Amino acid sequence: MEKQVTLKINNIPVTVPEGTTILEAARKAHIEIPTLCYLKDVSCVGSCRMCVVEATGARGLVAACVYPVAEGMEVRTNTEKCRQSRKMTLELLLSKHKKKCLSCERNHNCELQKLSLGYSVDEDRFKGEDYVLPIDDSAPYVVRDNDKCINCMRCVAACRNQNVNAIGPIGRGFHVHIGSAFDMPLSESVCVGCGQCVVACPVGALSERSTIDEVWSALANPAKKVLFFTAPSIRATLGEAFDLPVGTNVEGKMVAAIRRLGPAAVFNMDVTADLTIMEEASELINRIKTGKPMPMFTSCCPAWVKFVEQRYPEMIPHLSSCKSPQQMFGALLKSYWCEKNGIAPENVYTVSVIPCTAKKYECHRPEMEGDVDAAITTRELARMIKTAGIKFTELPDEEFDNPFSTATGGGAIFGATGGVMEAALRTAAHMMDGSFEVLDFFAVRGTNPYKEATYLVAGNALRVAVVSGLKNATELLEKIRSGEKHYDFIEVMACPGGCVNGGGQPTLSDSVRNTVELKDARAKALYSSDTLNALRRPSDSPVMDMIYNDYLGFPNSHKAHEILHTSYHADKRI
Amino acid sequence: MEHCNACGTAEQAEKLRAVIESSRETPGCLMHILQEAQAIYGFLPIGVQKTIAEGLGISLSEVYGVVTFYSQFSLKPKGKHRISVCLGTACYVKGSDKILAEVEKQLGIKCGECTEDGLFSIDSCRCVGACGLAPVMMVGEEVYGKLEPGKIKDILDQYRREEQ
Repeated sequence: MEKQVTLKINNIPVTVPEGTTILEAARKAHIEIPTLCYLKDVSCVGSCRMCVVEATGARGLVAACVYPVAEGMEVRTNTEKCRQSRKMTLELLLSKHKKKCLSCERNHNCELQKLSLGYSVDEDRFKGEDYVLPIDDSAPYVVRDNDKCINCMRCVAACRNQNVNAIGPIGRGFHVHIGSAFDMPLSESVCVGCGQCVVACPVGALSERSTIDEVWSALANPAKKVLFFTAPSIRATLGEAFDLPVGTNVEGKMVAAIRRLGPAAVFNMDVTADLTIMEEASELINRIKTGKPMPMFTSCCPAWVKFVEQRYPEMIPHLSSCKSPQQMFGALLKSYWCEKNGIAPENVYTVSVIPCTAKKYECHRPEMEGDVDAAITTRELARMIKTAGIKFTELPDEEFDNPFSTATGGGAIFGATGGVMEAALRTAAHMMDGSFEVLDFFAVRGTNPYKEATYLVAGNALRVAVVSGLKNATELLEKIRSGEKHYDFIEVMACPGGCVNGGGQPTLSDSVRNTVELKDARAKALYSSDTLNALRRPSDSPVMDMIYNDYLGFPNSHKAHEILHTSYHADKRI
Repeated sequence: MEHCNACGTAEQAEKLRAVIESSRETPGCLMHILQEAQAIYGFLPIGVQKTIAEGLGISLSEVYGVVTFYSQFSLKPKGKHRISVCLGTACYVKGSDKILAEVEKQLGIKCGECTEDGLFSIDSCRCVGACGLAPVMMVGEEVYGKLEPGKIKDILDQYRREEQ
């Protein structure tokens, strides 16, 4: 058993394992110490000095986020000295912060603002040197406004945790700023667009490249039929933007809210998650039969695809040729749906709601340009609902529009790490052996970042692996390259925990993020929805029957290839 | 590995490769490699930094972060004659800021830059250990003391004449 240490925090005795930081110990005593540069699972460097406390045995104030507790230590978190120090820190940070708070998308959801309110800080006490930095909006997914940046380094840590390392501190002292090497535009850097930096940012320095205005224009245009479709994980996270508990499934209210924005239809992207599985499972079986490059990697995650193209171009033949569910949906709407309804594709405006910033880049890839007209994040959808004055929590539960409403539980779990693999296994195993009826593949579930399993299907041992987070993907790729590991099928999601923890999801306050396991709580909502669904295997969906009978013929048919598959291109970057 | 032929000779590229090869296993070798690379090329252009990043298996952003943190590293080429104006305390109180301004004016470039003909580059430094001669500047290894703005043109002209 670990050695236990007893200390007093604000006179309250607490016993914690040796090595615990003061910050963690204080939480046990129900005391919150303010933080800025600290973010659980992302960054812990003790540089911002917001979490300073008094501790016996220490000279001066210490940073609670990195200072370990000791036996008999007495900590005081709320003395005049602590408060004065924190206040001064905030005043200095504000001296060169672009105080455009009213129009800032983080207004009311900004850690700097929240702390300033708590410490009654005058935003103009010190006047910093005017040091104006350019806004980097070169990438179609993320915008960086460094004049709002407080150099907390959380975005840099998030990028390093992903092993992408597109950004870092540049220069020294007062002139230090965050950017890509040689201050090159983000779009030319090694960035893959995952957006983990955006959800790590405590202020408004990073945000998605918003396309809300384009969507409003399309909605106001009588010549356009606007079609919305929502990704699997949105139902599990949108509620957070309306103060509902993390992990609340708001599917019905989400559909009702979007319908009140005035589109022609609201569709369920789980349908093309099912369709992706039909195509991907068939491709896998085909690869096994014909000896095409193995293992096969999933291709639903555009940040992962970009990572392969830029870092491991030699692995491109291993990527499934399937488009992602977003792109399949856009393509299907502009072909099948338009033909069926006798509408010209140019009169249709497709809007995907996605948990992701990279999907904003994906819809502008030249191979697929035009399928999806706008991709908006969960955060952007929440803003639109609020702007429209829709009382989200008071809405009735409504259903998706036909013909793309019914989907299987396999489609819903696409939003969590392991979900694509499980849905694919349900279908592929059944395709290979009609008597294979297993629907639960527990070994690939859960937020463990690197999972592996072997399943015996129709006499074949199917070796599978599931990784989330690009650092883990790198580790797996290196193991494959060195010959240490052999797999047949691998699911990769760029964000740790999968899309439920995507870069486009609601930015919750630090006080929530530091205490709640977001990934688990959000994923749970998707798995409950899977369990409650009478249809669990994508190939059992009546909508799949309809699409294939009406239009595509059969999985991997010539027509399916034309509409639902794509290609990738090496773009080696350092 | 990509070689930096665009910004140097094959011989320089080979030297850099050897430096990376011999020190890549040493923890914390980046500083040493950057110093050696600057000694080889005179400055650290993007191609050189890319070669180092790739050789060490780290990102360009990390290399660039270190290069821009330390003032000893330069992103711009240096002139044949490197001018270094001391802005240390003693020189500064004796008006070395005016000396620097005069050098910049005479050469038509800013501190940290290099003239188009590649003859001169200007940097500032902190104390060359000749405070008794303040204000001081160095051109290459030569120290010039007790300077006044009026003396700068003559000094520069000496070097220009050498070239002709």
